[in-house]
Amino acid sequence: MASKLLRCATTVSSFIRASPSSLFSRPRLLSGAASSDPPPSPPPTDLPPPPSPGGGISRNPDRRTSKSSLKDPELAKFSALADTWWDYEGPFKPLHAMNPTRLAFIRSTICRHFGKDPSSPRPFEGLKIIDVGCGGGILSEPLARMGATVMGIDAVEKNIKIAQVHADRDPSTLGIEYCCTTAEKLVKEQRTFDVVISLEVIEHVANPAEFCKSLSALAIPGGATVISTINRSMRAYATAIVAAEYLLGWLPKGTHEWSSFLKPEELVLILQRASISIKEMAGFVYNPLTRRWYLSDDVSVNFIVYGFKCKQ
Amino acid sequence: MVNPPVKNIMLNRLIRRSVLGDSLSVRAPRRSLCGPGEFAKPACAKNGSDEKQRVMTDGGRFDVAIVGGGMVGLALACSLASMPITRHLSVAIIDGNPALVNGICIDKVKPPDPRVSTITPATISMFKDMGAWECVLHHRHAYFDRMQVWDYTGLGYTRYSARDVNKEFLGCVVENKVLQSSLLSCLQENADFSKTVFPSRLASMSSNEHSPMTGGNDFSSGTTSGDLAKLELSDGTYLSTKLVVGADGSKSLVRELAGFKTTGWNYSQNAVICTVEHDAENWCAWQRFLPSGPIALLPIGDNYSNIVWTMKPNESVARKSMDEADFVKEANHALDQGYGPRPTSGFPGSNDGIFSWLKTDSTPSANEKFELPPKVVKLASERMVFPLSLKHANNYVSKHVALVGDAAHTVHPLAGQGVNLGFGDALALSRVIGEAIAVGVDIGEVSMLRKYEAERKVANLSMMAVLDGFQKLYKVDLGPLNILRAAAFSAAHYIPPLKRNIISFASGEQQLPPLFT
Repeated sequence: MASKLLRCATTVSSFIRASPSSLFSRPRLLSGAASSDPPPSPPPTDLPPPPSPGGGISRNPDRRTSKSSLKDPELAKFSALADTWWDYEGPFKPLHAMNPTRLAFIRSTICRHFGKDPSSPRPFEGLKIIDVGCGGGILSEPLARMGATVMGIDAVEKNIKIAQVHADRDPSTLGIEYCCTTAEKLVKEQRTFDVVISLEVIEHVANPAEFCKSLSALAIPGGATVISTINRSMRAYATAIVAAEYLLGWLPKGTHEWSSFLKPEELVLILQRASISIKEMAGFVYNPLTRRWYLSDDVSVNFIVYGFKCKQ
Repeated sequence: MVNPPVKNIMLNRLIRRSVLGDSLSVRAPRRSLCGPGEFAKPACAKNGSDEKQRVMTDGGRFDVAIVGGGMVGLALACSLASMPITRHLSVAIIDGNPALVNGICIDKVKPPDPRVSTITPATISMFKDMGAWECVLHHRHAYFDRMQVWDYTGLGYTRYSARDVNKEFLGCVVENKVLQSSLLSCLQENADFSKTVFPSRLASMSSNEHSPMTGGNDFSSGTTSGDLAKLELSDGTYLSTKLVVGADGSKSLVRELAGFKTTGWNYSQNAVICTVEHDAENWCAWQRFLPSGPIALLPIGDNYSNIVWTMKPNESVARKSMDEADFVKEANHALDQGYGPRPTSGFPGSNDGIFSWLKTDSTPSANEKFELPPKVVKLASERMVFPLSLKHANNYVSKHVALVGDAAHTVHPLAGQGVNLGFGDALALSRVIGEAIAVGVDIGEVSMLRKYEAERKVANLSMMAVLDGFQKLYKVDLGPLNILRAAAFSAAHYIPPLKRNIISFASGEQQLPPLFT
């Protein structure tokens, strides 16, 4: 357990260290103080961190941020960071490219689960959804546009600020409640949601089984859960680590550790133990010609599962 | 006919006009252009004395602002109104044409307008889906099920028939004003759909970016104006929108303001168009290639036909001003034995031409003999002259901006494909907007709009290449080339799969030219 925690912490910190500094020269200049720092390693405070697990680690316990609590220079800094996070050609390009495909899966499964009209522009009206590990909010915002009452949580405060600043730009995403906290803490607060979503997070948490139990506790009985992650397969090693991190440079080196990936059957098992039964599973396949992701039966690299919490 | 908000806008505009004088005088300096990739900044409100007296009126916030209420712009609005997932969008249509507010008057007794379009089956099904086709059918229109293409050398001809592809018709010729008014009334009948017509012109466009780099401090003051594009109109109205659609034709101002470059060339050819009358009804589309360009005779209902005649600019000036009787004589000459003989049936030399072995599995029209087009007896409208050019925007989209129709591409009018490509754009864009809404993506987001661009560039460029190729093929009058062209005609006439492919490409049912599929 302790070693796992350590491993997770190194994963996150190595992500920050290895990020290409050139990409963040603009925000660094803006913050002023940091630009006077001569050392070659960029100060980690100026980097938009990856979506962080709501589970394993927590850095800033229970500090809620809201628009009013941010000072003007702070806002300017986070606004610049948000531009980087939300740049479709920027460092989070792979997440942006995958996003419509993930949302298509969520839309169809959640509409079916709650008997909503899939041709409606706001089918999630009346649903309370939590996005665990929301990062800069690239999943939370579309969910809010689709009508849901969204809460986005992330253990890294910087992510929450980025998400908040960006969501404030559009009236349709203004209502998202962002909070720097963890799933465990919300369980203690006895918060519950109709839908619990945690995408590309579980491979970063120290204890996936405990994390799944927390996710389950956040869902109402009969509520839906959607989780996506990377398979522990040789193909995943070749594509998600060797290709994406080292050859294509899509992700900073050290973003993922192969041994912490879960096989689909393992994920199904630990979710079952957390009283979530899986209804559907799909894989994501990338077409380099169209540069788009597609849903498929092939779960050998990226996959997504949808299940419901048993009523008991 | 006129809905209340529109009336108010009209009223506001009238009042403002009378107080401020002609707003056009302040329009010109406000058009500021800048380099590619960024919008022109709206003229600074602090300088210039004329700015002081300008009363800026807030036109409101919209999801989509369509600049240009022509056929393609209105088709986009109709398409958005007809899909359940886009029906809730608020749409602004910006067009200085008063007909959009007052309605388009169509006199059924008068001879048809010379501005017509050849509508393909793909476009017809789009109109049916939007509920606009019923309205077209109430006005003058002409389905045609046959088409004959031949050239002045007399070496070959091709006849196409709808029966070749088991269809009832190849296309339908409709006056542009009928298409426009049908789309408009389809839009007006849809009471649930939120649309506002601004009877004005676009003056400037700016992007409301929230970057602290550009000094956009408004987020710190707590405003949430959103990530929007802002439009200023020549009458002083401003409005903000998630997506600006440039449907403002080949001289698109949206394209210019967004900094999109174009590629293209002029053909140094003009088209003369007019309506003519025959003794009897015409149910076939005719096209004859002449040394200076093609002449097309399209049925438009009753005893009328439409002529689209491509020629050199100096010829067009002469033919526009010449005596009516002389013009009719020249048109008949161009459609029959002018510049060369009539083709004999079949490949030159014999009735059992080189493709005769295919006749066992031939299309119904392969046995059809060459026919002469009906004689023109009278000119029934004014003659209009248009210069021809090919133009293609290098980009169709950027953040908050998309181009449709002639704003994105202008083609040679040969085969009447131009407006069909535009309708194809409108349909594709509305679908992409629907897909963006389905996955909760902001509709002005360039990553989604790129999907529209990728889809339509393939379709538009292949049609442009084919039409341009035809045009170039006929610029040269050379013996061997003439034989090759004649062989191509005969191949198209006698080889059934090729013929079916050509028809299906021209009908808008497949996106790639015949030889690529």
